[in-house]
Amino acid sequence: MINRIVVGAHYGLKDWIIQRVSAVVMAAYSLFMVIVLLVLCPTTFDAWRNVFSFGLVKFATFLFALSLFYHAWIGIRDLWMDYVKSVSIRLTLHALTVLALVGYAGWMAAILWRL
Amino acid sequence: MTTRTMQFRIYRYDPDKDERPRMQDISVEVDEQDRKLLDALTKLKAKDETIAYRRSCREGVCGSDAMNINGKNGLACLTDLEGLEQPVLLKPLPGLPVIRDLIVDMTQFFKQYHSIKPYLINNDPPPERERLQSPEEREELNGLYECILCACCSTACPSFWWNPDKFVGPAGLLAAYRFLADTRDQATGERLDNLEDPYRLFRCHSIMNCVDVCPKGLNPTLAIGKIKEMMVKRYV
Repeated sequence: MINRIVVGAHYGLKDWIIQRVSAVVMAAYSLFMVIVLLVLCPTTFDAWRNVFSFGLVKFATFLFALSLFYHAWIGIRDLWMDYVKSVSIRLTLHALTVLALVGYAGWMAAILWRL
Repeated sequence: MTTRTMQFRIYRYDPDKDERPRMQDISVEVDEQDRKLLDALTKLKAKDETIAYRRSCREGVCGSDAMNINGKNGLACLTDLEGLEQPVLLKPLPGLPVIRDLIVDMTQFFKQYHSIKPYLINNDPPPERERLQSPEEREELNGLYECILCACCSTACPSFWWNPDKFVGPAGLLAAYRFLADTRDQATGERLDNLEDPYRLFRCHSIMNCVDVCPKGLNPTLAIGKIKEMMVKRYV
């Protein structure tokens, strides 16, 4: 194939919005956790477990983790887009990044509800 | 008339003769009538006529003499000699192919500019006199139409360095918003469609290098933000 410049994928806005929303979620969670930890002051393993036994903490942590993974996906994808010029290598790296992040999300959910 | 000697280090490269670029140390006598860097360059050129750079209007309107001055892009004709750290380091605009010395090949830059269709699109028959705007509508174009396409901003942008073939760049996006903001233009939808792309628009991560270097004091980051705002408005 002749090496022509191909642009016009017609996406990007949704990711841009999600990147901003997820950043706000992560910032709010950080603040929320600082307050929770200051109030409960967990020092032992059982105390830490107790913190995560609250439904609200589980809910917030889950949202935080999902935000983190989606935010990471956009950031890492942008890195591949900037620096990896070969389309086949870039596609492979995109797929590997998505697979790793989806795996982490499942792993995180399992840990969170096992606590 | 008092004169003083100024030291310069100039990037020299002639692809036809040189294997690789080199830096040339050269000094020149300037007097109090020499106010701008371009004045010194004119004297440098008289001293060594092989030094190549572009220039035309010498008053910040044509945008020809954009170069990297002590590590920052700017126009030689608008840069004061007073206060310039010596030796004054002069390099071509970064990220574009060098034709010779301080002259770069702007093809890629203008290709991106043309890709946003930098002209009014209006299919209505032209009125007898002119297409009118209210003062408020005209106000929105201030800070957009003044761009002289010197390429200082786009060549200071890392996103443009990595993807000059796909990312429109700050200058092109500023011009794109100039027509998106124009109430006389009828192609808003197509213009937004044309830009909604992870490369063309969303390579901008708002690091604001463009704002930092613009010799006309314009704010492409703000314009890019407004394009995104229009897209969000259309989307939600």
